[in-house]
Amino acid sequence: MLASKLILKCLELEGVDTIFGYPGGALLPLYNALIDSDITHVLVRNEQAAPHCASGYAREKGTVGVCMATSGPGATNLITGIATAYMDSIPIVAITGQVNRALIGTDAFQEADITGATQPFTKRSYLVTNADDLPRIFKEAFHIARTGRPGPVLIDIPKDVQEENIKIYDFDKPVNIVGYKPHYEGHTGQIKKAIRVIKSAKRPVIYAGGGIVLSKAEEELITFAEKNKIPVITTLMGVGCFPQTHPMYCGVIGSHGYQYTSEIMEKADLCFCVGARMSDRGTTPSKELIDDMILVHIDIDPAEIGKNVYQTNIPIVGDAKIVLGQLLEKDIGLQTEQWHEEIREIKERIPVDYSENIPYVGVNPKLVFKTLSDLTREETTLVADVGLNQFWASLYFKIYGGRKFFTSGGLGTMGYSVPAAIGAYLAKENADRQIVAVCGDGSFQMFIGELAVIGEQKMNIKIIMIRNRKLGMVRQLQKNVYGKNGYFGTDLSFDIHFDKIAEAYDLEYYCIDSDDAIEEQLTKVLQSDQSCLVECVVDEDFLYI
Amino acid sequence: MKKHVLSLLVENNSGVLSRIAGLFARRGYNIDSLTVGITENTKVSRITIVTSGDEKTLEQIKKQLNKIIDVIKVLEIDPDKEVCRELVFIKVKATDGNRSDIISISKLFRANVVDVGRESLVFEITGIYSKVEAFFRMMEPYGILEFVRSGATGLQRGKNLL
Ligand SMILES: Cc1ncc(C[n+]2csc(CCOP(=O)(O)OP(=O)(O)O)c2C)c(N)n1
Repeated sequence: MLASKLILKCLELEGVDTIFGYPGGALLPLYNALIDSDITHVLVRNEQAAPHCASGYAREKGTVGVCMATSGPGATNLITGIATAYMDSIPIVAITGQVNRALIGTDAFQEADITGATQPFTKRSYLVTNADDLPRIFKEAFHIARTGRPGPVLIDIPKDVQEENIKIYDFDKPVNIVGYKPHYEGHTGQIKKAIRVIKSAKRPVIYAGGGIVLSKAEEELITFAEKNKIPVITTLMGVGCFPQTHPMYCGVIGSHGYQYTSEIMEKADLCFCVGARMSDRGTTPSKELIDDMILVHIDIDPAEIGKNVYQTNIPIVGDAKIVLGQLLEKDIGLQTEQWHEEIREIKERIPVDYSENIPYVGVNPKLVFKTLSDLTREETTLVADVGLNQFWASLYFKIYGGRKFFTSGGLGTMGYSVPAAIGAYLAKENADRQIVAVCGDGSFQMFIGELAVIGEQKMNIKIIMIRNRKLGMVRQLQKNVYGKNGYFGTDLSFDIHFDKIAEAYDLEYYCIDSDDAIEEQLTKVLQSDQSCLVECVVDEDFLYI
Repeated sequence: MKKHVLSLLVENNSGVLSRIAGLFARRGYNIDSLTVGITENTKVSRITIVTSGDEKTLEQIKKQLNKIIDVIKVLEIDPDKEVCRELVFIKVKATDGNRSDIISISKLFRANVVDVGRESLVFEITGIYSKVEAFFRMMEPYGILEFVRSGATGLQRGKNLL
């Protein structure tokens, strides 16, 4: 079999039905093989979008996303997206073309050491030097991407390898990587210890992260929280892992979180952290806080335990779903009524406020997201970009039930939203599922070309653009650090006609420029069966809290 | 800072060494020395890394190394308890007047003379860190011209295998 065909066969065996790619010389054989394949190829308009599309696809479907680019510049264009997926533990496989084997190392035309360049951002990368290895490598790559702590894997395939003829191949050989055996089950001794400390807690909180979403442990988390009456705080990556309408829900922690959440966290005497890494953005627990608080930390990646917070009292290495299952087998029996009473008091004292006291022109973005949240059906995926828009989206759009929330949390990559929404759109299993992307006028300009994919494929994606004519978040930082004289390089006031851009790409265009118009316009947007660009005119001085 | 000796078994795939070196560079861990060699299994290499850092850093180093897919095993070797040696060549300034003095000191350390020149001597010495350091201190007054150290490598004692 021709190696290029065999590669596609390997992909099919892994259940791949969609590839986000961009061709080039070193990928000619593979593209030629795609002509007769059942796999759908989506032509992105810049390779930078391809890993984000694959990421959105992977997150929506709960599988591995696949992207592809040619050697040299094509491959290097993938790097940011691969790093983004790595930081958020999203399983993707990136395939790159490479120059012919004999040319490797000669600085040949369009040669780039992509396995070397992506080393810090991939779980594993492969340079295929022998076509016979392809079935094994593909199997390993998908296995590594989706198991343990998920993440990106890169396979670099020289052009002449793609052109080889392979006589003997075996697709059924099981994967056996001696140095890679993730632990899924929690150590029973540690589980016992955890139960003991939870039992004696008076003010416990669950601190739930993206690991819950990745291991599909939402049900277990709800049951565990309800059974033991422990309130739940999530990280930004954990948004959606616990219904935000649930009475025991206590908000998002950290930079993108609520003030009341931080206060609850400060008061807790036990933090049950599951599937989160306690990153600097999530929470930078003060030393005093950590000293007085017992930390139970469950993570599939042993290296995350004790990395950001040293004093982990009870570490449990394992998969969130399995470990929660193990914990559910035991009766803990907590008395937390008083704690819940205290929490109720905090929530009342520091309510989530949608209003804005300072006069502003245009709309209040908080109200945009609140109204969007009220009007959107339950089956919705919201993809937020990076910047002020991300803060507002994560704070004021409620995620519960069938809703999902994606964003670039770890790397904070601008330009993530629409490409990931495209991936999610193609991955969604329910035709009625609504895909909404949220971005700023800065981030919008990072992926404009991808609107062609939306237009060409007649997708129905709603793009909510917060137009504040500034790189809002950075500008706010400049103000916080240097004062008003510190604004520099964050001005986007050049008058772009976004309506014309929408028209050019065959998108419907809506503009919301006053609070009174929000509901009416959003209703129209959500009723439309077309893709829409919604320009929300927001005051440049509208700050995130 | 305390020195730690880590012994690793790794799969012999291309890029393993750069992944390991890259890990140390990226996370700001120290490498005092690093040696690589073949093992009884042709698909596996053995790497010995001497690193320095506090307990927390060491813990992270071990975990991060274990996370690399090609790394099969990581073991910390206590140089005082296990077999751990370093090979060193050292070139010392020597004259007709002091050559025999130098050689007699070297005998105390079981260093071998591997080259004798009119103005210099080259010794070969194997030993644990402290022994090598002590020999260097003794040679210093005569003038150390240059030296090369292999970096430590070691094995566990007894029947335990990595
Ligand atoms: C690729 C990339 N470049 C730069 C940044 C730094 N950055 C973070 S937020 C931001 C401004 C975003 O502006 P915009 O998209 O208009 O959104 P707003 O904050 O105004 O809602 C910038 C430049 C980043 N996160 N990602």
